[in-house]
This record gives sequence, structure tokens and C-alpha cells, in this order.
Amino acid sequence: MKHEPVHQGRLKSPFHSRLESLDTVNEWHQWKGYSSADQLYCSDTEYFAIRNATGVFDLTPMTKYRITGPDALDYLNRLVTRDMAKVRPGRVAYAVWCDDNGQVIDDGTIFHLREGEYRLCSQERHFAWLKAATLGFDVTITHETEDVAALAVQGPTSYSVLSKMNLEGLEELKPFGLMHFDFEGSELMISRTGFTGDLGYELWIDPDKAEALWDALFEAGELHGIRAIGTTALNMARIEAGYLAAYEEFLPADETIRTGVSRSPLELGLDWLVDFKKPNFNGRRALAEEKRNGSAWRLVKLDIEGNKEAHHSYIFSNAKARGGQIGFVTSAVWSPVCKQNIALGTVNTPHGKPGDTVWVEIYYQREMHWNRKMAKATVVDKPFWFPPRRGATPPGPY
Amino acid sequence: MTDKYDAIVVGAGHNGLVCSALLAKAGKNVLVLEANDQVGGAAVTREFAAGYSASACAHLLYQLQPEVRKELKLAPKLATEDMTTIALAEDGPHLRITGDQVEGVSDDDAEQYRRFRKRMTRFADLLRTYFNKPPPRLGTKNFKDLLTLAQLGFDIRRLGKEEMQEFLRLIGMNIHDEVTERFDSPLLKGAISLDAVLGTHLGPRSPNTIMTYLYRQAGDHGRASVPHGGMGAISDELAHAARSAGATIRTNMPVKRIVVDNGRVTGVETEGGETFSSYTVISNADPKRTIMDLVGAKHIETGFGRRIHHLRARGNAAKLHLALDGLPSIKGLDKKDFGQRIVIAGDEHYVERAFNPAKYGEFSPHPVIEMTFPSFRDESLAPTGKHVMSAVVQYAPYGLKDGWDDAAKEAFKQVVITTIAKYAPDIEQRITASELLTPADIESEFHITGGHWHHAELTLDQFLFVRPVNGAAQYALPIDGLFLCGAGAHPGGGVSGAAGRNAARTILRREKAA
Repeated sequence: MKHEPVHQGRLKSPFHSRLESLDTVNEWHQWKGYSSADQLYCSDTEYFAIRNATGVFDLTPMTKYRITGPDALDYLNRLVTRDMAKVRPGRVAYAVWCDDNGQVIDDGTIFHLREGEYRLCSQERHFAWLKAATLGFDVTITHETEDVAALAVQGPTSYSVLSKMNLEGLEELKPFGLMHFDFEGSELMISRTGFTGDLGYELWIDPDKAEALWDALFEAGELHGIRAIGTTALNMARIEAGYLAAYEEFLPADETIRTGVSRSPLELGLDWLVDFKKPNFNGRRALAEEKRNGSAWRLVKLDIEGNKEAHHSYIFSNAKARGGQIGFVTSAVWSPVCKQNIALGTVNTPHGKPGDTVWVEIYYQREMHWNRKMAKATVVDKPFWFPPRRGATPPGPY
Repeated sequence: MTDKYDAIVVGAGHNGLVCSALLAKAGKNVLVLEANDQVGGAAVTREFAAGYSASACAHLLYQLQPEVRKELKLAPKLATEDMTTIALAEDGPHLRITGDQVEGVSDDDAEQYRRFRKRMTRFADLLRTYFNKPPPRLGTKNFKDLLTLAQLGFDIRRLGKEEMQEFLRLIGMNIHDEVTERFDSPLLKGAISLDAVLGTHLGPRSPNTIMTYLYRQAGDHGRASVPHGGMGAISDELAHAARSAGATIRTNMPVKRIVVDNGRVTGVETEGGETFSSYTVISNADPKRTIMDLVGAKHIETGFGRRIHHLRARGNAAKLHLALDGLPSIKGLDKKDFGQRIVIAGDEHYVERAFNPAKYGEFSPHPVIEMTFPSFRDESLAPTGKHVMSAVVQYAPYGLKDGWDDAAKEAFKQVVITTIAKYAPDIEQRITASELLTPADIESEFHITGGHWHHAELTLDQFLFVRPVNGAAQYALPIDGLFLCGAGAHPGGGVSGAAGRNAARTILRREKAA
């Protein structure tokens, strides 16, 4: 029996050579076994590439599963809370999946690649759960993270960049749509999806063609301000877009030890993703009960006064902190593009309704000395960043 | 054709019959659908050779709960009562156990046995109380659950400090350690070990075999009896009770599926294509068959399906029936002894060694055997002057490595007969017909997944609060209107009626609360 050699140490993405050649700071972290850049030169500059031009992020380490077989649709419909029957071939769905207790295991995107053939993408690995869920379904789950190289191409000029790459029909691609193209004899799948809340695309290709795709992309983008970006810049953008991140806004329920530390979709503002009209899906009974009895937590988007970032702050219902804390901040950033001090947080109900005023306790350091500030914050309903170009089809040139 | 019922019971096993009788008594319009041509499930009397009948699976009655007897006014006619257990010795005197008395051992052993029985009886009585109510759920704020839990804690505490410590020490322990600590007599150690492992996929050194021993005592304190007419007589009496209360029982009606619509049951469909409607369906089938085959994994949630899928339910007990042209002769036994329970379990190591091959998918070359000659006191089972032997034989693993084909069955049957012949040399000449039911046969003929006595292994991780699995321990399955009432539910198998009664009471109480 022939054994594949076991890879020692961190994996390198098929784009690694290109990232490495652009890298000037050597700041990397580990993401599901891969080296992934925090930043390549300056996270602020990289951030502005996303908001003003085009940022390119290597999302190869993103977990990818291929789901095929006659029962693929029924399987997914039982797995996730939304109705997948409405997601036609060539469409992508943001989805969340729960355990039997209605607690979120992870969120991600499901690509309906072709009739009955799906790809599920998420930050975390879930093979054990997905496999357990196949019981009684004629469906095959294939882990294909290493078999697909992927890039996020995000920002106002992203369409202009890609339009130079001879991708016929791309202008018709609507948000949450996907198309297949030929790239040097390989299939290039492009979806109009992303994690930045702006106009943007994700490119999916055979790892052998990864470097060629990168080179073609950067050549096309040269006059459109294209830049490679790292995770720090991307994270700023995703907070502005109000997107959730596992281990920030929620813990994967199957990783928790204590009760009460996981979150349901209803507690994460994802009510719109839970379709109780479906007869059965994981968590349905528990979520129906939660809907009847009320949730314990609510995810809030906070517009905070001042400019001190509210990392890990406690949230209070009043400036005097009477009655104890009602929650805490999960992600915070000063938003350069919105010129706002923003945060995502989790608070106990009934607090945190849109329009409510809450107070966040911010600790910040100035010349070694710590300072405390109670900052007033308003709960807002809409994402902080939601430009009209994100939804425009065809997207305009920039 | 669509008929509407208050409740449909899938399977007329003894628990299904108890449940339907109690529901019918409460005024419910109940339909019972049984796949086989006779009621009783694994508690039936079948003719296995022309003129010869035997209790097909269960052949001794020792757990029928007094509550069930009382509520359904059962008065089974018994052919034999309060049987003595005779443990056969290859040479020398056999051992005789009746109640807390044991003959054929040293005075020390006899005294130790008396003390052992006293303690076990006390613990078994404690368990029995909880066998007759739904187990409390853990981690809920439900008042009734908390009350039952508190009561359980209190009852254990009330045993007294020393006995409580003993209870908590023993409940997870294996029987081997306990018998080797207490007794000298190998036969006695073997006979107790056998009692602890009968009907399970466990050896005397497996964990919690003291619990399985206690389980057997939690009825009539381990006193075994044989109903006149075999175990089927009990089922017939239960069916009569159900019918008199107004239940409809239809045999030869295998259920193909339990119909689920939008998260709740709406009825059942039979193999013959008939549908019957009801918003309450109670399954007497085992949990795996109920969920995986009859309901379908699609209708349940992933975590629950995974737990059901991983239930351990691999039977290891075979049943051998012999038609004999006369009683065999067993050295050292009088004729009247054939009315008793006779066991072959040499010593405590013999039982464990018998179990060893079963772990690897092989049957025991030297099996442990529990024999009865029911025709000795009951002439209805065999032609005049002829006899029937009914034996439980271990170990015969459900998942035999090369499968239970005819050759494997023949080989195992020969092994069993050879084993018996060591004590009864003329047995082979007396045999005129025989029937061996392996767990695989029990699965196909009685529709029990894995052919397991208890529908699901009787171990602490599948017991009480978590039987059959977490999320279904109070008879209700996580589909509205669907319930379990068989051995797979709390407390477990054996002809006790406890699961059927508890299920019926749960359903009636829920209805009242709604």
C-alpha cells in the first residue's frame, strides 16, 4: 500500500509564491493548517484597496465540501435553516446550520454549482457533522479544500479588473450568482460573493492554474489599483458590513463545553434565514420553542461616540453601569470609510432594540497609563457600509 | 381505506399489548397492528415441530410487574412457580438455589449467599420503584423531573450510609469481582455470573453486570415461573384484556412506515398499502427500527439520528428447542428436577471464556446454557410421554463473522448438544426434531434489530435517564405524537410490561396537561 507523505508544518496555499513575493512584513498566522497573511505591507493601505480599488485575498484555506447525490437538496434542507429549494443552479446562498438544540455550528455559503451539485464553504471544518447528517440520505460529501484554489477580488474596481480578462457574460452576474468560465483550459468559477459588503467576486480554480490566474488578474488590475490584502484589512471590512465571524460573534456549538455560551440564529439576527415552513431541519423544534418563549441574546450593531475602539468592552444600559452589564462587544473597529466608531456585540434581551441607547465601557492605554471611558452608543439596524454599487447589475466601471 | 383512531400501536409485543389495553381502558379507540400471525412479539408459544411447542424467545417469567397484573387483572395460570436453579456439575453434586438458600456449598458460602441476596433484593426493590415511572430528565427545570430526581437521591440516601456507599460502588461494577470476593464455590460463582449476563452482549467481567443482575431481580426477586401454555399464554391474556377494553388487534399487518407530516405523525401505512390515521402512534418496535426504518432518518434531526444509529443492540443469546421422545437422564438429578431451571455455567471463568469468542464474531465452543423442560409440567406442549427442551444459549453473536448460514447454525447446534451431552449422555438419541433461533433469526422472525432481548444493550450509558438515548427517555420521540413503548424504552426488556405501562401513562398524562 502506497502512502502519501504526511505534510509537516503549515501548508502553503497555491498562491503562496505570489503572496510571498509581495510580502514585506512577514506577518503570518495559521488558518486551518495554512499560512495566511495578517498583512503584506500595511493593513491600513490594504483596507483602502478594498474600499477604493480592488483587494485580493487568498481564501484557499476556506473549508470547502462538495455535496452531490440524488438527495443532495433534501440533505441540505435538513442541514441548514433556510429553504434551499429556492436556490437554483447558478445561485449562492448564505446559510447557517445548527445542532438539535438550535445552536449555531457555523455559517457559510452554499454554491449550487450545477443541478444537484453543491459546494459548502465555511471558516471552520465540519466533516464529522456533515457526515453524521448523511444518515438516511443518498448523498456524498467530499472534502475539497485542498483541491480548489480560491481568491476574493473585492472592491469598487473589481468588475473593471475582471472585465479585462475576457470573461464573457460577467456583466450579467448578479449578487449571489455564479458562472463558469474557461481559463487556459481549466474551469474558472466566479461567484459574486464576498466578505466585504461591497462590489466583489470570488474566483475558484484548479490549484495548478492558481499562479497563472493570479498573474493574469494582477496584470488586468494594474491600472485599477489592485493589491493583495491580509486578514486584518479584511476583518475591518467585514465588521463594517456587519458580517459574523465564528469565534468572534459566536462559538461553534459543537466546540462549546458550558451551556449558555453558544448562540441560536435568532440570537444572531438571522431570523430571516430560519424558514419554519420547512417541515424538518436541525434545530427546528428548539428554535420554534425559542421563538415562542423569546431569545436570551440579541446581536447588536453599535455606533459608538468618540474614536476609542471598544474592543471586548462590557455593555451597560446606563452610563452609571447600574444593574450590571447587559452584554459585551465581540468585534470593534474605527471605520475609516464611515468615519464611525463601530462594533458588533451581544446583549441580553430585551435590551438592544434598534434605536436603543446603550453604554460601552472602553479601556484604552495612553503612554502606559490606562484610562476608562463610558461611551454612549446607538444600536443601529442597517450595516454600516452598504454602497449601492454592491447590488448594481451590470456593475459600473471605476 | 383510511380509518381514524385515537392511537395506533405498532407491534403487538407484550408491551404493545399492555400499552393498548391501558389506553383502551382509558376510553381510547386503539388499533394494534402486528406483523406476525400471532400476538406477543417475542413472548409467544410456537409449534416448532409437529406436536411440539415452546416459548419461542422468552421462556421464563420473573419480572411481570405487580402494577401491570393488578391494573389489567391478570391471573396467569402457572405450570411451575418459584423454580429452583440447578447448576450442573460435571462430577460431584449439583448446586441448588432456591430464593436465598443454596445447597451444595460450604456453610460459609451459604451464609454469604444469604447476605448477598438480602442486599441485592434491597437494591432491586429500589430500582423496581423507578422502573414503574418514567425516568426523570436531567438538566431540565421541569418540576416533576426534579421531584423524581430528588426522590431517587433521597431513596438511595435512605438505604443508610453504608448501604448507599455499597449501592453506588456496585451499580457500575462487574459481577465477576463481586462473586470472586464473596464466594468459594465455582458452581455458585458461575450460576450468578450467568444470571447477570443472560440476554446481553456482556461477559461477567464487563462493566455494570451487577446492574444487569439487579435488573433481573427487579420484579419477583428473581423467582422464575413458567406460564401454562408457554409465554404465549401471557400474551393471549394481555390481548384478551386489550380487546375486552375495546382495542382492535389485527395480525398479519406489517407496518411499512409511520407517516410523518410537517413534524408530527398522522398515521401508519402497512406493507399491504392500507393507511390508518391517528395523531398518536406508539411503536412497540425497537428504537432503531422505529426511527431508521419506519419513520426515516429524514424526519429527525442529525444529533438524534446519530444517537439512535449508535445504539448498541447486538444480540448474543440463541434459543434452542428440542423435541424429545422422552426425558434424558442427567446424573444426579431426580425426575422431579426436570421441572426446575437447569443451568450449565461451570464456573465464573467458564462464563467469561464463553464470552471471549463472541467479541470477535465467533460463537462459544463451550456455551453457557439455561435449560427448562416445560412439557414436564405442561402436557399441552408435547404429545403424551414426549418432551420439549427450551434453552437459552450463549454466546451466539448476531454479527457472526461469516454469517449465520445453515452450516454455521448446524455447527452451533451440534456444539450445544455436545455440551448438554456431557451431563445428559443420552440426549442425542432422544432428539426427534429441533429448532435453533440465532439472534439473526430472532431479528428476521420477530423484527427486533440485532435480535437483542432488550432492543438496546442494557448498559449504564443506555439506561434510566438516557434510555434509549438522550432526548427520548420519556417515551416521547422528537416527532409530535410518536412514542416508544417497547424494551428499547425505559426500563428495558424482559416480560415485565413496565415500558408499555409507563408509555400509556405518559400519553394519558400529556393529554390531560394539553
